Amino acid sequence: MRHRKYPFIVGFLIVPVALYVLLVIWPYLQTFGYSLTDWSGASQQMNFIGLRNYTTLFGDNVFVLALEHNLLLLAVLPLATILLALFFAFMLNVGGRGGTGGVQGVRGAGFYKVVFFFPQVLSVAILSVLFQGVYRTDQGGLLNGVLVELGVEDPNRPWQWLSDPNLGLWCVIGVLVWSGVGFYLVLFSAAMQSVPKDIYEAALLDGAKRGQTFFRITLPLLWETIQTAWVYLAIAAMDCFALVSTMTPGKFYGGGPDHRSEILSTLLMRNFITYGKAGYACAMGVVIFFITLILSVVALRVTRREKIEF
Amino acid sequence: MTIHTDTTGAVPAQRGTDRTRRPSQAQRFADSGGILNVFSHGFLALWALMIIVPLFWIVLGSFKTNAQIGSSAWTWPGNWHFDAFARAWDKGIGGFFANTVIVLAGSLTLTMLLGAMAAYVLARYEFPGNRVIYYFFVAGAMFPVYLALVPLFFMVKNLGQISPLLGLNSYLGLILVYTAYSLPFTVFFLYAFFRSLPTAVHEAAMIDGCSHTRAFFQVMVPMAKSGLISVFIFNVLGQWNQYLLPVTLMQQQNSSDPDHSMLAQGLMNLALQSGYASDFPGLFAGMTIAMLPVLVVYLSFQRQVQAGLTSATLK
Repeated sequence: MRHRKYPFIVGFLIVPVALYVLLVIWPYLQTFGYSLTDWSGASQQMNFIGLRNYTTLFGDNVFVLALEHNLLLLAVLPLATILLALFFAFMLNVGGRGGTGGVQGVRGAGFYKVVFFFPQVLSVAILSVLFQGVYRTDQGGLLNGVLVELGVEDPNRPWQWLSDPNLGLWCVIGVLVWSGVGFYLVLFSAAMQSVPKDIYEAALLDGAKRGQTFFRITLPLLWETIQTAWVYLAIAAMDCFALVSTMTPGKFYGGGPDHRSEILSTLLMRNFITYGKAGYACAMGVVIFFITLILSVVALRVTRREKIEF
Repeated sequence: MTIHTDTTGAVPAQRGTDRTRRPSQAQRFADSGGILNVFSHGFLALWALMIIVPLFWIVLGSFKTNAQIGSSAWTWPGNWHFDAFARAWDKGIGGFFANTVIVLAGSLTLTMLLGAMAAYVLARYEFPGNRVIYYFFVAGAMFPVYLALVPLFFMVKNLGQISPLLGLNSYLGLILVYTAYSLPFTVFFLYAFFRSLPTAVHEAAMIDGCSHTRAFFQVMVPMAKSGLISVFIFNVLGQWNQYLLPVTLMQQQNSSDPDHSMLAQGLMNLALQSGYASDFPGLFAGMTIAMLPVLVVYLSFQRQVQAGLTSATLK
């Protein structure tokens, strides 16, 4: 039987591995090479220019600004999403009153879960158009409409939302949190449900309050899931291309006004597709890669804790 | 409430004697946040409203007139005409849907087939190079697509010179790219799943003279069904929401090139083009048309989607 094993292994692996190497691994490696050239992308002609692309990058104010925005996203997006999702998950799974030993979700938990998750299945295009409507700068916008109705803002001087240099990026973060919370809520819910109810019941008998059960039981037992969520969200924060490029003002791939919502991915696409600076765009790709790599390693190292078996 | 807690039976031995004490503790747990309770209930409801209201508002918008949409967010549609939907459909939304379905049908089939094959061989057979290939796949899951974007564009362009079926703005080209970029996670997840399956059934099949290939398709795949469904749902969502790859790879090469835009990309182009600048009802109707099938599929499969997704990410 043994002699028939190798043809089988090769037969099963050859197509996936070939496809993967051709379309994923090889382009990854090529990027490092191209980032050292002045390639325009239009022709095959290119000159080796060493690290000049990288020195240009860090001398480029727009790039530094974009990098800062990405770091802001990295700090805010995972934190806000995880905190909200954790709170909701706790409410929906163990936050309810009464019932069996007091350990159950609030009423309507199933309904909330279905609703909260829904934005996750909407295409980014729908999110983008939807929120362009919500953030409209005149009174036809949903947010301005609500705020005027509540008397918070002056109808003659409505807020500019996406066109406001200081607000633009935050508006996008709002959309990302809005659409992302449901997914992590479901993720944390599954983790919470795998925690045996007896643990909560025991704490309850010992007179623990609800806040205590959250910080002393739920949080430590969910630590690994939170870690996973953090890595996912950090990777998502380095992306954000679809929303920023379509929602924020700016001629090619958004980023406006005046680069105040510019992020690395929009800058990369503009340099590659619009300006035809392929080598320069590759250098940016390498920078994004290293940031992601460092983040993942740091996240997994720093937050490592002893695994709790239950 | 005190009556309810009496029936828990968590500590049956204490039942008779402790009747007065236990309810009060349960009560304290539940009441520990009287105000908190109101607050958090309110917050849950508020968040639900924040999701439902904008979506409902968009649907409503497709029945309004342009002037109504511009003047105030609070207008109610005067007449319930479906003109906007007809206009939106004429702009090619049906075509974008068809494109997306064609590509996803191909890429999901290929992802699942190739991913399961690779994961199975890596998980169940020992051979030199096994570890190297496995880590190769796993490493790919960590890298951002941006790292590969520029060379990938030219790789697909060059493939197009070999065969026009494979190049930029071709279904097959995008199918292969989607598949390649879904493989790392699929292999990573299914590898763990195949390892967790018992070996005895497979061994019995082999002793009965089953070939390796047949053992895979007729024994192992049915056994791995739940894992396959999980990773399938994950891939559906991932590829459905993909925006960067189609924008880079599916641009019309010249004016005679057919428009092969994916749904997200096509809708965005419509929204950005002047075609919709003066027709917000049409744009909103387009969004509604794009949203409805997703909503129907999601509501009918929400249990499977949620269960599948969490087991896929928690592995």
